[in-house]
Amino acid sequence: MQENGHERGRKRGGDDIAAEETQEELVKAIVGMEEEKALALAEGLLEGGADPMQVLSLCRRAMEAVGEGFERGEMFLPDLIMSGEILSGISELIKPRIKDEGEPERLGRVLMGTVEGDIHDIGKNIVVFMLDVNGFEVVDLGVDVPPRVFVEKISELKPDVLGLSCLLTLAYEAMKRTVEAVEEAGLRTAVKIMVGGGTVDEQVREYVGADAFGADAVEAVSLAKAWVGR
Amino acid sequence: MEASQKDLFHQRIERVNAAIALRKPDRVPMFLSLGLFPARYAGITYQEAFYNQESWLAANRKVVEDYQPDLYFQPGAAVITGGAVHDHLQTRLLKLPGRELGPDVPFQFVEGEYMTAEEYDAFLDDPSDFAIRVYTPRIFGALEGLAMLPPLKSMVMGYVGATMVGMLTLPPLAEALRAVAEAAAESMRWTAGYMEFEARMNERGFPAFSTAITLAPFDVISDMLRGMRGAMLDMYRCPDKLIAAQEKLLPLLIEAAVTQAKMSGNPRVFIPMHRGADGFMSLEQFDRFYWPCFRDLVESLIHADLVPCPFFEGSYDLRMHYLAKLPPGRIMGIFDRSDLFKAKKTIGEVMCIAGDMPLSLLQTGTAEQVREYARRLIDEVGRDGGFIMCSNTVLDEADPELVRAWVDFTFEYGTYG
Ligand code: B12
Repeated sequence: MQENGHERGRKRGGDDIAAEETQEELVKAIVGMEEEKALALAEGLLEGGADPMQVLSLCRRAMEAVGEGFERGEMFLPDLIMSGEILSGISELIKPRIKDEGEPERLGRVLMGTVEGDIHDIGKNIVVFMLDVNGFEVVDLGVDVPPRVFVEKISELKPDVLGLSCLLTLAYEAMKRTVEAVEEAGLRTAVKIMVGGGTVDEQVREYVGADAFGADAVEAVSLAKAWVGR
Repeated sequence: MEASQKDLFHQRIERVNAAIALRKPDRVPMFLSLGLFPARYAGITYQEAFYNQESWLAANRKVVEDYQPDLYFQPGAAVITGGAVHDHLQTRLLKLPGRELGPDVPFQFVEGEYMTAEEYDAFLDDPSDFAIRVYTPRIFGALEGLAMLPPLKSMVMGYVGATMVGMLTLPPLAEALRAVAEAAAESMRWTAGYMEFEARMNERGFPAFSTAITLAPFDVISDMLRGMRGAMLDMYRCPDKLIAAQEKLLPLLIEAAVTQAKMSGNPRVFIPMHRGADGFMSLEQFDRFYWPCFRDLVESLIHADLVPCPFFEGSYDLRMHYLAKLPPGRIMGIFDRSDLFKAKKTIGEVMCIAGDMPLSLLQTGTAEQVREYARRLIDEVGRDGGFIMCSNTVLDEADPELVRAWVDFTFEYGTYG
């Protein structure tokens, strides 16, 4: 993470130092799940003329810290949900202040969906959210997605990674059919496939012929990052 | 009851009770958590299971008689009530096979924020009123009219309140009441069918796992009212209300279990546990938001001479030391993804351990793999008794041949010398 790059070349006065302190406090407030404080700090920064993109990158830094806390087993789903909620609150404040600068640069593209027959999306939505805040472009195909649709979208969008989600055991067969359909379309070497969701384990990964199994949303991010070389 | 079948019934119950009391029975008891497995096994669709109770019950009987388990999970745990009940009520919480889903897709739950955070106060003030006038109209399309009812407590105004019944002629209310009456009749048919089934199976020598079911208070809020996301945000935004709502629910959840269990005579109370598992909250959050009411629930059931059977869904590896604090020899704990080989040391002298046999193996593995895993469970977790063989989730799509290999192996290898 590059720090305050845009400040280089500007003179550093007392205001700047105060702003820097507020910035650190903002990161801390998000990581500490202090919603009201974080929103107030972000608003203060923006009102004080801070660069909205800078505020956004502070949020990203905070989200990375939350992700790391999750990986270390110090943070849990409520932290992901709450920090996500704070992030979307801050995004609302930022939105009216930024001109459309086009799409930011992305680490890679991930195609996600819950496989055919399963309509559950809470787990998948958390994975999509975490991939997104970690810099991936995510195309979410929704729930109950037939193999044919996955194949069409892979040909069309050429994602780096395909993520298959489910909650129920019925999805083992649907995941297998999906991987087979990708194979038959000659696209299997073009994407890495990860699977996850309530009842999936390493045995299921092997059975369906995916490249990796991820136990949670943070593992999904690590897998995708490793595949795109980050 | 024929003598031999009566004996079989008692033998099976004895076997199970010995395990629950942390003793060694004659062999490891076998519990089949059937789910929708009987449908596929007997060649009927899931749709038929939901819409034709006779064929659903026949399918269950076939499975139980073919595999001869010591405990079977009642058909009413998988198909809680008939599809027609939900048709009458226009249940929005569920999607059913043959209705919104394909005929062979299991029913699925539509999670939502059916109660907002602002509504905690109304819920806490009068849960029954909230349930009938606010919640029910949201989750059942046909009952929207109930939202027009006046506050239920206005009925305390004695005969002055009698004018209120006139309201029931308002068309949306009248329609809602008609839907309730139709759904009630259908639901009663299913309940009676299940009670009859359980009685017949008892006569044939096969005890049912449990008739009574209840939930941890936190889960009622997370699953049914606020949704997972809502309940998680409440831990930060309105923690006191989240706890107060649980305390409000607790007596109701105890009473429901005790009444059902006493009525059926089956002392085992199933408590599926959802959002207290590792990952769903930190240990501090578990200690504050999940454990206290859950512990009270379990202890109250024990106090009423019942056998709580919590199903620890997901993993409880990080919380085993909490489980170790429960009263010894009175609980049958069923596990999903916890590491039982480790857990045996922490809780082996506290509760009977069941579960863990991975459905991924029973559905996609080989007979050899299945036997290997079952052998390990019996050797390492079942060695000193206090163990019941069971899968880590419902058998829905399990391979009948692999289930056969697993059951046969347990019967042979699971004998105690
Ligand atoms: C809460 C819960 C319920 C709730 C509601 C859940 C819902 N919204 O549908 C209620 C009480 C209604 C319920 C009902 C039932 N349930 Co339930 N339930 C659960 C429980 C405890 C948690 C599920 C959950 O909320 N997950 C929340 C999300 C966030 O987690 P997740 O989906 O796993 O996603 C995370 C990871 O898996 C991963 N991930 C997800 N997708 C992907 C994709 C990729 C690529 C990667 C890398 C990672 C990844 O990241 C996510 C975030 O970290 C699970 C057990 C468990 N611990 O998983 C059982 C479980 C899913 N239920 C089960 C059962 C048996 C049932 C019922 C049939 C019970 C019954 N007879 O009524 C019904 C079925 C109705 C239904 N669910 O559609 C079984 C599965 C059955 C099956 N056939 O497969 C389970 C596994 C429990 C068990 N071991 O028996 N359930």
